[in-house]
Amino acid sequence: MNLILKNYRREAVLFVFLLAALLVVGIISPSFISLKTLDAIWHDSVLLLILALVQMPIIISRGIDLSVAANLALTGMLVALLSKSNPSLPVLVLLLAGIGIGAILGAINALLITVLELPPIVATLGTMSVYRGMTYVVSGGQWVNSQDFPAALLEFPNARLLGLTSLEWLSLLALFLAWLMWHQSRFGREIRALGNNPSAARYVGVLEQPRLALLYTIAGAVSGFVSVLWVARYAIASTELAIGFELQVVAACVLGGVSIAGGVGTVYGTALGSLFLVLLYNALPVIKISPFWQTAIVGVAILVAVIVNQSAGKRIGKKILREVSP
Amino acid sequence: MTFLRIEKLRKHFGATKAVTDVSFGLEPGQVLALVGENGAGKSTIVKMLTGLHKPDSGSIFLDNQPLFFSSPQEAWKAGITAIHQETVMFDELSVAENIWIGIHPTRFGLVQWKTLLEQTTIILKRIDAPFAADAPLKTLSVAQKHLVQIARALTQDARVVIMDEPTAALSKAEIEDFFRVVQQLKSENKAIILVTHKFDEIFAYADTYAVLRDGELVGAGKIQEISSDALVRLMAGREVGALFPKTQAVQKNTMLEVKNFSHPTEFNDISFGVKSGEILGFYGLIGAGRSEIMQAIFGLNPDATGALQIDGQVVKIRSPADAIKHGLVYVPEDRQHSGAILDMSILQNISLASLERFGMWLSRKKETDLALPLTEKLSLRAKHFDQFVAELSGGNQQKVVLSKWLATNPKVLILDEPTKGIDVGAKSLVHTLMNQMVQDGLAVILVSSELPEVMHMSDRIVVMRQGRMVAEFNAKKVSAEEIVAQAAGVLA
Repeated sequence: MNLILKNYRREAVLFVFLLAALLVVGIISPSFISLKTLDAIWHDSVLLLILALVQMPIIISRGIDLSVAANLALTGMLVALLSKSNPSLPVLVLLLAGIGIGAILGAINALLITVLELPPIVATLGTMSVYRGMTYVVSGGQWVNSQDFPAALLEFPNARLLGLTSLEWLSLLALFLAWLMWHQSRFGREIRALGNNPSAARYVGVLEQPRLALLYTIAGAVSGFVSVLWVARYAIASTELAIGFELQVVAACVLGGVSIAGGVGTVYGTALGSLFLVLLYNALPVIKISPFWQTAIVGVAILVAVIVNQSAGKRIGKKILREVSP
Repeated sequence: MTFLRIEKLRKHFGATKAVTDVSFGLEPGQVLALVGENGAGKSTIVKMLTGLHKPDSGSIFLDNQPLFFSSPQEAWKAGITAIHQETVMFDELSVAENIWIGIHPTRFGLVQWKTLLEQTTIILKRIDAPFAADAPLKTLSVAQKHLVQIARALTQDARVVIMDEPTAALSKAEIEDFFRVVQQLKSENKAIILVTHKFDEIFAYADTYAVLRDGELVGAGKIQEISSDALVRLMAGREVGALFPKTQAVQKNTMLEVKNFSHPTEFNDISFGVKSGEILGFYGLIGAGRSEIMQAIFGLNPDATGALQIDGQVVKIRSPADAIKHGLVYVPEDRQHSGAILDMSILQNISLASLERFGMWLSRKKETDLALPLTEKLSLRAKHFDQFVAELSGGNQQKVVLSKWLATNPKVLILDEPTKGIDVGAKSLVHTLMNQMVQDGLAVILVSSELPEVMHMSDRIVVMRQGRMVAEFNAKKVSAEEIVAQAAGVLA
């Protein structure tokens, strides 16, 4: 138990934060604490969570992918147009199409980062604009509305099985896969080693470029997958789809204790970070905070959480220095 | 009276006695050569003189005034300035900005650019610098950058100029130009301390010498009164302690055969072999190319050419992954930077180089099975496997790194400065482990700048100088003097 607290300090701090936030909201507005609202928050956090779970290893590898939301918009638009012109296509085919298109867009990032050796922040800032711009081009600026989608697609995200919505089931699957991939596979371990100490990783034979290429391609594929869920859930594909959402994804990771300097971060923390962010967005209207204030308050909450987390990490750091110095 | 005088200067870092009670003096217009092996304490003395380290005891006098520096700025203001081996400068700024950084002439808080450029031009003319004050630093050669540092020293009317291996990276013609400037400084009555390994420079330019060994002053005097042989003896002559327990292992077949390894700029025509059960020592001064050749063998230098045989098989190694697969591993020198991954657990560190054999999925059981026998053998002291490596002491971190490499089941192990910066106890443990490794049939290459370590642990010793193998000795039949003479390029 001691060990868990020590190695997962950031996660523990965040968990306490999450409970405290729930408590405060519950005291102000007792009706908020109900299975129904918790279900709604969970349902609402899934898309953010899935994206954060692939942004996490990217940040761990000392990179960043700012193009996830633009990829989501372009892929979502393309899938929506495909579905509009072929209304008989089943949901599964649309999901696969989304994954395929997203993977291609992710592979373009991978190419820029590994072959042309652009810094990830520059490469994905560029492709972010390109993908967003292409959304205008392919759609001609037009929206695809709910009447253009097959009913099966629109029903899919909210359909319930054993009391949980399919999005909720997908979040559990995503958590399991992310845990498997980033905590239990050789790939995940090597990404972590690369982010922690690129030089040491090179000496043990980790091949940086192929690993990163795969990572950014996976991120693209996941964005593509999420785009289909997004379009189905909000029953619309527009050029403004998920605009600015990449920053929320990064914020969820940072909140969850993923270090922007690389090397540090867990699936658990990322999940808590995503939940915390969505909780804030949902709870502020309930406790009657003026909508004008909400965004600013979310920002302050993120900063506070990160500062507390960082100082928790720093205390560990100071002790280490004493022990290591000659 | 002596102009610059240090008296009984002492600096210890824990158990490491970097400098013990060293005294010497220097007059204006003189060059003092400060010599000694790597790690003899030269740099520590330079750091104390320039305010980077505070002495534990002892004093520094300049013009009979005792000096106490609590920061490099104070040493600088007192007129003591140093030109370092690896210069920290600002490539994107101009020569003038580099010279005046931190001491810009200002008026009302604004930098007086015109004054600054004029002043710089005057100083550059004084030392015959062949570049303009507004030239970007990145367009200059290494030698020219040294001149920029000297110019910086002159802005403050420095009285003592310390040069720490100033010619290590210079060509012959550049060295001559450089020493013309040194002569110029001499004629301006500066006192100069020259830290160098190069005997020809010592005898051509120095007036006096001071020799350090293991942090103590072992000799000082006028250059005319000593021969190069005598100087070598002073540097090397020490007893090899009983600190290193060397056991003899049975030597069998040749495990690693390196043939004609060359690189356009770093080393040339390197060939050697190591047998199973043998420790081959590589000695040389810093910058002799030892680490470079080892990294090339390990597949980290695509520009190197040459042939390799491991255990009788001709192998092509293009990356560390190839090398590890063929049973050749390289434990790099810089433990903090290239060895252990501090924010990962002990277990994750140890398995890192062996992940290939796990396939795609990791298993805690397999990782533990891999790590446990090694950590027991190396008697790693830690609370548990999930402890972060950052929390361990230097010696235990080194054990984790060694475990990581031994876990790959290597045939040839290259250790680059394996005992640098760890305490005496951990050091003898590493030596015991090396004995154990060769008993187990490994071939070990030991790269070390510590002469007693190389002499005592090795079976054979290769000496490198300036990228070439200059000598090979049987460790039992060679004296420290012979090795140092070869490494420094003095014919003993």
